[in-house]
Amino acid sequence: MLLHDTALIFGRYARQTLRSRFAMLFGVLMPLLYLLFFGPLLTGLPLRSRGSSWQVLVPGLLLQLGLFGAAFAGFTIIIEKSQGIVERMRVTPVSRLALLLGRVLRDAAVFVFQAVLLVLAALAMGLRAPLAGILIGFAFVALLTLSLASLSYALAMNVRTPQEFGPAINALTMPAMLLSGLMLPMTLAPGWLDVLSHFMPFRYLVDAVRDAYVGSYATAHMLYGVLVALGFATLSVTVGTRVFRKAGA
Amino acid sequence: MAIISTAGLARTFRTKRGLVEAVRCIDLTVRPGEILGFLGPNGAGKTTTLRMLTTLLKPTGGAATVAGCDLATDPAGVRRASGYVAQSGGVDPHVSVREELVTQGRLYRLPRAQAQERAEELAHDLGLTGLLDRRTAALSGGQRRRLDIAMALTHRPRVLFLDEPTTGLDPASRADLWDLVRRLRDEHGTTVFLTTHYLDEADALSDRLVVVDRGVVVADGTPSALKLAHGGASDASLQDTFLAITGRGPAPTDSAPVAV
Repeated sequence: MLLHDTALIFGRYARQTLRSRFAMLFGVLMPLLYLLFFGPLLTGLPLRSRGSSWQVLVPGLLLQLGLFGAAFAGFTIIIEKSQGIVERMRVTPVSRLALLLGRVLRDAAVFVFQAVLLVLAALAMGLRAPLAGILIGFAFVALLTLSLASLSYALAMNVRTPQEFGPAINALTMPAMLLSGLMLPMTLAPGWLDVLSHFMPFRYLVDAVRDAYVGSYATAHMLYGVLVALGFATLSVTVGTRVFRKAGA
Repeated sequence: MAIISTAGLARTFRTKRGLVEAVRCIDLTVRPGEILGFLGPNGAGKTTTLRMLTTLLKPTGGAATVAGCDLATDPAGVRRASGYVAQSGGVDPHVSVREELVTQGRLYRLPRAQAQERAEELAHDLGLTGLLDRRTAALSGGQRRRLDIAMALTHRPRVLFLDEPTTGLDPASRADLWDLVRRLRDEHGTTVFLTTHYLDEADALSDRLVVVDRGVVVADGTPSALKLAHGGASDASLQDTFLAITGRGPAPTDSAPVAV
């Protein structure tokens, strides 16, 4: 039943996404602009990293795409709550967990698709990376969006207006982006900032994807990245499930 | 045998200003096939009661059964037996009528082909046939309401909960909806539990009225019995009867919120 219901909810929201193709392309615009107008600035700089500057920047942009996109996923549920759609579904026997999973899987699919577009653009700009590394990067994007979208929906279920939700998400995503070294690697940072950034879980993800992009798969970065990504996903989906299971949320 | 029965049903909300007792103690019974009008001033606890009876909100006190299923121990059974139309309806404006009806059927676990068949059937029964491929945003108020009700009837529920079903409708659409509610009861024996602020509607449609105020039941009886008891004569207006029961005019500004 969970599978049936999840597929049903996924289908509903996937069709919704396909109806607004423009919005889907719009989502990839911000990282694309970074790629076009920020990427070229890095090509001649000493980044204290292995590989070309593109192998450093593109993993960061992929996770930035997931971070900013998925964290705002909850907006749609705030609108649906005010239209009565959430309650209309909750009075049916549909699995509560499927109401969450169907949505987050749609989000993961959308962001992986956008990530593919971004990588294609990056290849045209000069990125060269092993295929396995690129695929690992997509897996991290999927896990990150799954986690963040779950948390975003959980928060949105408890918030009444988009006016409360937007600023809260902004306040969380900006420091998350800066502290995880998405734009420039934290190896450039002074000691205190480097230490601080280790408290930001996304740092481990970006380090792992950067390793993957230079073809190093059996590294400590990769191990920590996988552990943090899986741990974060488990935690987030658990939180989301609890909120969606609770009656009256 | 009652199809809905509640005993001491209560819900307290925790807010920044302290505890708000939206529903304090609701005792009522509804017989199968009855059309029950659930009345009360704004903030009396009508919507909160409805949301508890449809499993959307956990009661903080008391107990209830709907169609023999206990609210606390068998919410899935309650969901199978009842349909609910919220004040706001519940359809996506960008989705077509057909897609909403089919999805609803699938949410009630009908196989795809049967869900499509049921959508056609519901559209036929509720006069939506020509509108199946329209986006729901393009429907008139009356058509929207009929769609909301069609969605709630997908699984042929034994009990239908309607929260202010005719608010904002023009007189013709209201008359239309009254006919629909009567037809549901007469043809399918559906029990209808509806809230309304229109006393003429309550009068014309309900077999029995339950009036709530400040979270408790303050009157219960047929329209004429209430008029006789509270309005002084069986042909008194329901408006005067209602004011006599609730003891005041418009709701005070500090009344409890409907939902928190």
